[in-house]
Amino acid sequence: MTSFIHRIEVRYKSDPRIKSRTDRIRSLGFPVTEIHLIDIYTIATGVRDFSPDELAQIGAQLINPVIQEYTIDSATRADFDYAVEVGYLPGVTDNVGTTAKQTIEDYFSFRFKEGESVTSSNLYLVCGTLSTDSLQKLATTLANPLINRVHIKTRSEYGTKGMDPFVPHVNLNELPVAETVDLDLPDPELAKLGKEGIYDLVTQHRRGPLALDLAQLHTIRNYFSKKGRRPTDVELESLAQTWSEHCKHTIFASAMDDDIPNGLYKSCIQAATNKIREERGKDDICVSVFSDNSGAIIFDDTYLVTYKVETHNSPSALDPFGGALTGIVGVNRDTIGFGLGAKPCLNVYGYCTGDPDTNPELFRGKNRVNPTLSPRQILDGVVRGVGVGGNCSGIATPQGWCYFHERYAGKPLVFAGTVGVIPREHAGRKLFEKQAKAGDLIVMVGGRVGKDGIHGATFSSEPLDPQSPVTAVQIGDPITQKKFSDVIVKEARDLGLYRSITDNGAGGLSCSVAEMAKECNGCHVVLDSVPLKYPGMAPWEIWISESQERMTLAVPKESLEEFMDLMQRREVEATVIGTFTDSGKCVVTWHGTVVMDMDLDFLHDGLPKKHLRTTPIKKTYPEPQDVCPARLDEIILSMLRRKNICSKEFISTQYDHTVQGGHVLGPVQGRGRVQAAATLTKVVLGLKKGVGLSQGLFPSYSEIDPYLMAAAGIDTAIRGLIAIGIPLDTIALLDNFCWCSSDDPGRLWQLKRAAQGCYDFAITFGTPFISGKDSMFNDFSGFDAGNNPVKISIPPTLLISAIGIHPDVATAVSLDAKLEGDLVYVVGETSAELGGSEYFAQLGAPGNTVPSLDAAKAKMRYQKMTRAINQGLVASTYPVNYGGLGVALAKVAIAGRIGMDITIPSAMRPDYYLFSESLGRFVVTISPENRAAFEEIAGPDASLLGTVAGKVLRVTARTTVIDVPIADLETAYKSPFRGY
Amino acid sequence: MITIKQIEKNRSGRQDRESIATDNARVDAKALIMSGYGINSEMETQEALARAGMRSDIVHINDLIAERKRLSDYRLLVFPGGFSYGDDTGAGNAYANRVRNNLWRDLEKFLEDDNLVLGICNGFQILANLGLVPAFDKKYDRTIALMPNRIGVLECRFVTLKPASGSFWTKGIEWLYCPVSHGEGNFYCTDETLQRLKRLGMIAFRYCREDLSPANGEYPFNPNGSIEDIAGIMSEDGKVLGLMPHPERAMEFTNLYDWPYRKEELKRRGSDLPQESVNMRFFRNITGYFS
Repeated sequence: MTSFIHRIEVRYKSDPRIKSRTDRIRSLGFPVTEIHLIDIYTIATGVRDFSPDELAQIGAQLINPVIQEYTIDSATRADFDYAVEVGYLPGVTDNVGTTAKQTIEDYFSFRFKEGESVTSSNLYLVCGTLSTDSLQKLATTLANPLINRVHIKTRSEYGTKGMDPFVPHVNLNELPVAETVDLDLPDPELAKLGKEGIYDLVTQHRRGPLALDLAQLHTIRNYFSKKGRRPTDVELESLAQTWSEHCKHTIFASAMDDDIPNGLYKSCIQAATNKIREERGKDDICVSVFSDNSGAIIFDDTYLVTYKVETHNSPSALDPFGGALTGIVGVNRDTIGFGLGAKPCLNVYGYCTGDPDTNPELFRGKNRVNPTLSPRQILDGVVRGVGVGGNCSGIATPQGWCYFHERYAGKPLVFAGTVGVIPREHAGRKLFEKQAKAGDLIVMVGGRVGKDGIHGATFSSEPLDPQSPVTAVQIGDPITQKKFSDVIVKEARDLGLYRSITDNGAGGLSCSVAEMAKECNGCHVVLDSVPLKYPGMAPWEIWISESQERMTLAVPKESLEEFMDLMQRREVEATVIGTFTDSGKCVVTWHGTVVMDMDLDFLHDGLPKKHLRTTPIKKTYPEPQDVCPARLDEIILSMLRRKNICSKEFISTQYDHTVQGGHVLGPVQGRGRVQAAATLTKVVLGLKKGVGLSQGLFPSYSEIDPYLMAAAGIDTAIRGLIAIGIPLDTIALLDNFCWCSSDDPGRLWQLKRAAQGCYDFAITFGTPFISGKDSMFNDFSGFDAGNNPVKISIPPTLLISAIGIHPDVATAVSLDAKLEGDLVYVVGETSAELGGSEYFAQLGAPGNTVPSLDAAKAKMRYQKMTRAINQGLVASTYPVNYGGLGVALAKVAIAGRIGMDITIPSAMRPDYYLFSESLGRFVVTISPENRAAFEEIAGPDASLLGTVAGKVLRVTARTTVIDVPIADLETAYKSPFRGY
Repeated sequence: MITIKQIEKNRSGRQDRESIATDNARVDAKALIMSGYGINSEMETQEALARAGMRSDIVHINDLIAERKRLSDYRLLVFPGGFSYGDDTGAGNAYANRVRNNLWRDLEKFLEDDNLVLGICNGFQILANLGLVPAFDKKYDRTIALMPNRIGVLECRFVTLKPASGSFWTKGIEWLYCPVSHGEGNFYCTDETLQRLKRLGMIAFRYCREDLSPANGEYPFNPNGSIEDIAGIMSEDGKVLGLMPHPERAMEFTNLYDWPYRKEELKRRGSDLPQESVNMRFFRNITGYFS
C-alpha cells in the first residue's frame, strides 16, 4: 500500500493553446471565457519517500523551464471560477503517468515497487459563469465516465488547498479460481446464460454476454457430457470467444437459402478470388489471401504488400477516442502479425457518424439514463484517436473519408486499415509463411494483461444495449506497440528468432494461442505465468482479456535466450507462457490445476452449422417532384457544402501523411487543396513503384438496390486508382460489410444481394478480394428523450478498399486542373441515375434509380485511361463520385484555382446531367497539343466539355446554368468544417 | 495574393537540376542515427544521408547506454523525427532525460571534438530539452522551447523555408520545400535570447511564403506560431542544428506537394523532370562538411 503521496502541478507560464482550446469549448456552446489546463502528476510510494529537494528535481524533469513552471504539494494559483480535474479510473492505461514513472526511475536509478505509482491527470481551470447543469455537461465533454474520474470544485471550494490528491487503485478479490458451469438447465435458463453470461457467485452478477445461442450451448453440453464432466468457466468463455460472430463470421459461413449451400464467404468472396486467380494463371497477383492476419499481393520481385481493413464500431460508440485508437493500433498488429512480420507503412481510416451539427438525444437506458455521445463528440474523438495512433506509431495516414447519415447516430462505424511491406524471403526463409512447431515456446510480447477489453469479441457480436460492459473499452498505448513493432519487424524477424507470430486482438490469448496451435496441433498454456497489470484477476479473465499491444510468438527453444535478451535490451516485456504441442488439445493450467482441456477440432470446428433464410424486400421510394431550376448557381454551392461532399481537410492535416518519406500524391491536392479520392505512396524508397489506395462506399444505395450498391463501391474504389495511373491488373480489393439486424431475413437478403454483387463485379473487373471483415449487428436499441423505445439500424454499409501498384510514380496524375487553355473531358457515359444520390438527398426524396454498371465496358475504358496516363497525355484526372459530374468539375477547378468554361453535350435535364452519380466516369483535363492522341485512345468514351480558363466555373446547357467564381466555390467547399 | 507567375519566377527549378549535378562523393565520416522509444524517422534519415554520400548506423539508445556501440566512432549524431515517449511530459523531454541521465558524459566529449549534431522535428525537441541548442557560451541550459502549435493539433503540410544566416548547413540553399508534421513546433524564447540568436546569426531557417517573402507569423505559411517564423536554429559554435521541418521526407521531386503541377509546367516548356528535390542540398551540405 502507499503511504506517501505527492502532487506535482505543471502549468504554462503563457499557454499557447489557450485560444484554440477555449474556442473549441465555446463552439460546443459553453459560455466560457478561458480554460487553463494544468498537468498533474501524482506520485504514490509505500516504502521510499521523496525529499522536497528530490521532488523539485522530479518537477524539473517534467517541464521545460523556459515555458513551464511547477508546484509541489501546493495548489496552482490562478483566476478562475471552476476547477475540473479529469483523471483515469483505476486500471485504465495511463501513458503519461507511465512515461513520468520511467523518467523518475531513470533519474534516481531505482524502481517503483508493486502497488506504487505515478499517475497523470488534467486540471481544467474554467473562467466563466456556468449553471450546474452546464458545468456537468462541460465535464462530460472533457471526460468520458467509462474511463475517467471527474472531480469538480468551485473557486471557493478550491480555496488555497486546491484539489484533493487521488491515487487510482484496483481493488480485486483474493486469488480467484476457475469454476465449473452447469449446463444441464432448462432452455430458457440456458438461453439467459448465453445472452447475459455466467452467473458469478462472488459478485452475484452475470459476467457479461457469451453471445452463444441455444443450438451452440446444446452442442457444448453434448461435448462435455460425452467427456463426463461439466465445462469450466475458462472453457465456456473460450468457446464463446472462438465461436463468436466476430471471430467465426457465422453469418458469412452459414448456408443460405437453397442457392448458397456453402455460405456467402465461400460462394461469393472466396469463389471470386479463386476464379480470378485461376484465370490469371502466372499473372496472378495474390500471394496470401484470407488465411493470414492481412492479405498480401505482389509488389515486385522482392517485396509483397499486405493490407487489412478492420472495424472498431462498438468500442468507438462508447469511447470514441479509445475505440478508434485501439482500432488503428489493432489493425497495425494485423500487419506485424502477417507472415513473420510485415512493416506497417500506411494507415487508412473511414468514419460513419450522424451529422455532427445535429444532436439527437438518445439514451441506452430508460428515464434519460446513459445517454449516447453526440455525433460531434464521436467524430471529434475518433478523429483524434486514429490520429494519435498513427502519428505516434510513425505510420503515414494519407487515405480516408467521412460519411454522414442520421442512421449512424446510434452506432457509428469506424474503419481502420493498414498496409504493410515485407520482403518475400530473407536468408532462404519465406517471410510470408509461418509454422509453429511442437516444442516451441509460447511467448507473449508487449503490454500486460488487465481487465480491459473483456468480452470485446462477444460484445461486438451483439447489438448495443444498456448492458454493454464498460470493460469493453480499452485505451491504447501506441509507444509500447511501437517498441515491439520495431524490434520484431526490424530486428528479430531477420535474425530468425521465432517461427510464428500472431496478434492478440479479439478474444485475447484464447484466440491467438488457439489459432497458432492449429499450425502444430496443440498447446499447453500456464496461465499463472501471464504478467498482469494488477493482481486478483480470474483465470477466465486473463485468458480472454483484450488488453492491447500484445503479440504471441512461437519461439524455438534454441533461440529463446537470444530472443529474450533482445527484447530486454529494447525494453519490451516478453514472457514464456507455455509450449506448443502436437497433442491435438488446448490445455490450460492455473497454479497447477487444469482449467481447460479441449480438443482443438471441437474448439475450432465444433460450431453447429446454421441454415439461414432470406426474404426479398423491395420498396418504392418517393421521387423528387421538383422541376429543374433555370439557374443552378445556388445549387452547386449548396451541393459543395453537403457534408458528404465538402472538405474534411482538418483531418488530413492533423494526420501525419509524410512519415517514412514516400509521399507522392497526398490526401489533399492542388493549390486549392481538394481532398483526393486516391493517394499514392512509395513504400520502398528508391524504387519507381508506389502503392495506390482508394475506397468506395454507397450506404445511400443499400435500401434501394444492395446489388448495385456493391457495384458502386467496387467501381468507385477501382476507378480512384485508375485515375492516378494504376493499371487494373495490379488492383486487389478488400471488403468490409457492416450490416444491421442480421437475424432479419430481409437484411440477410440485402446481404446476399450485396455479396452476389461483389462476386459478379470483382470477376468482371478481374480484381480479387484478398481480405475482408464483417460486423453484423450495428443496431442501437434504447430510448429517446420522451422515454419511447427507439431502434436505429445503420444503413447496410459495404466498404470496398482497393490497393494497386503504380509502375512508375513519376507518370502519376493528380486531380487539379493545371493550366489555362487545357481541354476538359468527361470520360464515360452519363445517364439520369439519381436514386440515392446526394442531389436527391438535397431535394428530400431518395428516388429509385441507382446507377447501374456495365463493368465489361468500364473495364475497357479503364485500360484506355491507363494507356493515356502512362503515355503522359493527361494533365489531371478525377473520378466522378458523390454529387456527380457537376461536383467533380467544381472540385477539379477549385483544386487548380482556375476556372472552366463547360458546355453540356446532352439534352438531359441540366441538373440531372450535372448531379447524376452514374458510375465509370472521369473528369480529365489535357494539354491541347495532346488532343488528337488522347481522343484516339479514348475514342467515343470521351466527350469534350470545354476548356480550363479564367476564374469562373461557367456551365452552359441551352443557356448558362452556372456562372460562379472559383473563389466562391472554394469557400462553399471548405465552409462546413471550418473551425473544427 | 501571390500570382502563379511570381511563384514560378522564384521557383525556376534551377536548384533541382543543380543538386542532381552534385557529385555523389563518399565521405569516411559515419553518422549515428538514434532510435528507440517511438523515434520513427530513422530509416528515411539514413536514406537521405546515404544519397548524399554518408554511411550511417541506426542505433537504439539502449545499445549506446549498454556500450554495445560507441558515440566516439561517429562524426555526426542525428536525432531523427518521431514521437519519442508519445510526447508525454512534453515533446522530446522524456527522451532528452534518458540521454542526459545516461549518456551525458559521452555527449559532452562528442561535442568538444570536430563533430556535428542534427536534430529534426522530435530530434530538435530533444536538442532543445538537452540544451544543445542554442548552447550560448557552451552552456547546456534550456533557453528555448518548442511549444504546442497555436492551432492545438498536429499539423502536417508542406512549408517553404528560407535560410536566415550563412553557414555550411545552408550553403547554396535558396529555399527548402518540405513537410512539417508536429504537434509541438511553436518556437519560443525570451526576447533577450531572441536578440542574441539574431546577433550571433544562429537562426538557420525561417518559414516563408511560397514567393519567399516573410511569413510574418501568418498561418499556414508559419504553421505553428513560431516567433519570427523560426523553423530551425544552430548552436553558437554552429556545430549543432535543430530543425522542425523534414527535408528527409521529400528527397525526390515526386515527393513534393506541388510536383504534379510543376511537372506539367516543365513538360510544356520542354524541360526534363528533375529526379531529386531541392531538399537534398541540405544533406549534401552535411556531407560536404566532412569531405
